[in-house]
Amino acid sequence: MNTFVNQFSTHSAVSQLKRAQNLIAADEDEYSDATWGSQAGFGNMIKGTPNFTVPAVPDPAAFLRLHTDDHADPNCRIKIQHGTTTLAFRFQGGVIVAVDSRATAGSYIASGTVKKVIEINPYLLGTMAGGAADCQFWETYLGMHCRLHELRNRERISVSAASKYLSNLVYSYKGMGLSMGTMICGWDKTGPAVFYVDSDGTRLKGDLFSVGSGSTFAYGVLDQGYRWDLTDEEAQELGRRSIFAAGHRDAFSGNTCNLYHVKEDGWKFIGNYDVSTMYYDGPGDVPGAPGGGYGYAIRTEGRSAADPPASS
Amino acid sequence: MSIMDHNGGSVIAMVGKDCVAIASDLRLGNQALGISSNFQRVFGITDRIYLGLPGLATDVNTLRERFRFRVNMYTIKEEREIEPEAFAHLVSSTLYEHRFGPYFIEPVIAGLSKTPTGGIRPFIAATDLIGCINFAKDFVVSGTASSKLFGVAEGLWEPDLEPEDLFETISQTLLNAVDRDAFSGWGAVVHVITKDKVITRKLKARMD
Repeated sequence: MNTFVNQFSTHSAVSQLKRAQNLIAADEDEYSDATWGSQAGFGNMIKGTPNFTVPAVPDPAAFLRLHTDDHADPNCRIKIQHGTTTLAFRFQGGVIVAVDSRATAGSYIASGTVKKVIEINPYLLGTMAGGAADCQFWETYLGMHCRLHELRNRERISVSAASKYLSNLVYSYKGMGLSMGTMICGWDKTGPAVFYVDSDGTRLKGDLFSVGSGSTFAYGVLDQGYRWDLTDEEAQELGRRSIFAAGHRDAFSGNTCNLYHVKEDGWKFIGNYDVSTMYYDGPGDVPGAPGGGYGYAIRTEGRSAADPPASS
Repeated sequence: MSIMDHNGGSVIAMVGKDCVAIASDLRLGNQALGISSNFQRVFGITDRIYLGLPGLATDVNTLRERFRFRVNMYTIKEEREIEPEAFAHLVSSTLYEHRFGPYFIEPVIAGLSKTPTGGIRPFIAATDLIGCINFAKDFVVSGTASSKLFGVAEGLWEPDLEPEDLFETISQTLLNAVDRDAFSGWGAVVHVITKDKVITRKLKARMD
């Protein structure tokens, strides 16, 4: 009955407690974050880096390391997505971003339909290698800050600034077990741009990168076919063919290839291509494709005495 | 990483009505790197016995020669072809001879044995790497995709399948299981053993 009175009284115990709480919290905001409800988990982050609950042990990082997947000890533990092939390269016509779609936990293929390209905003793409959750969370978070940058400065953030924001952010968590190897790709005032950012804090500007367990296979095809003056169709085909090579040879990459092309007016999703279909029949009726399967056996079968045509 | 998973590969065998089937993938890898998509790990021992050898590739080749030698010796001494049951025990004792330094292979045996009445009876068995035999009435699995093979086989297998239906069942089981295993796949081969012939077919599998 007295609650309504107490709420507006300046002398009641409740209001004094409230005042004391406000002093302790030193929260200048009139409304608490809870007032606005949840904003997909990002509601309370605008004011600074998010807060994480930390295990109540003397060394939280060591505790986490003990219970998460590590190269040295692949048994039990919390499995984090590891095997991957991602690539991005800059050329005359923009940026090509191509990734595979396989997620593995040990030898088990947990999924073949993972989206490893994160659409930060219509002009920025991020790729995902390493911890899936780490990449997804921090690149979405990066997207939020890119939007704030736009609102504050009335102009789009540069790829350089966006990638530096991310690298500074992950560097502040160095040693805490974050795992990500990502390429931030986009088009800004300076033209097409690709930056490699990883959880060690490395940030590199470059024309051509590939990240993940299948990266060596992708680099093989990529290096062989790369030129600055590639046409759009040739470039898309090179990205597709490189991911195919990795998906074929690397046990931890494969299933499908997702292809994106970033141009002056933002990124465009080109297509999803099944690695096995590419092996037997090629990518289908797409510009730039030579026609026919990419598979070694498909191209060599019946061409020599050592490799006679299949009988059945 | 286990030495058993070093080269990858899986084998499965199933019982049907007066027939048995044995199937395997064709991948030879070096950890994550795929080396060959045409590596044979299922071998004919007699006209009616087939042996699958998933595990370490070097031991696949060694054991194949070893079993060929021992089966030849048996045939000469006994002056008759070896029966699947006897061959299973031959495999078992050969592996147990290396109890303290084993071959890294878990064999699968599929065959048709003769009954005293002159008929035939399907036979399948699998052993672990030191020769403990598992006689099963339905199906046996082995290799890096064994856990996945168990799951699919448990769902698809039924008793008294005719050769063509057994072929379909074992093919679908193998193909779908290896698609969930990073170390198996890259092609597959199926053998269906019936009273008067052995049907061998290569399957079009995913190549990633």
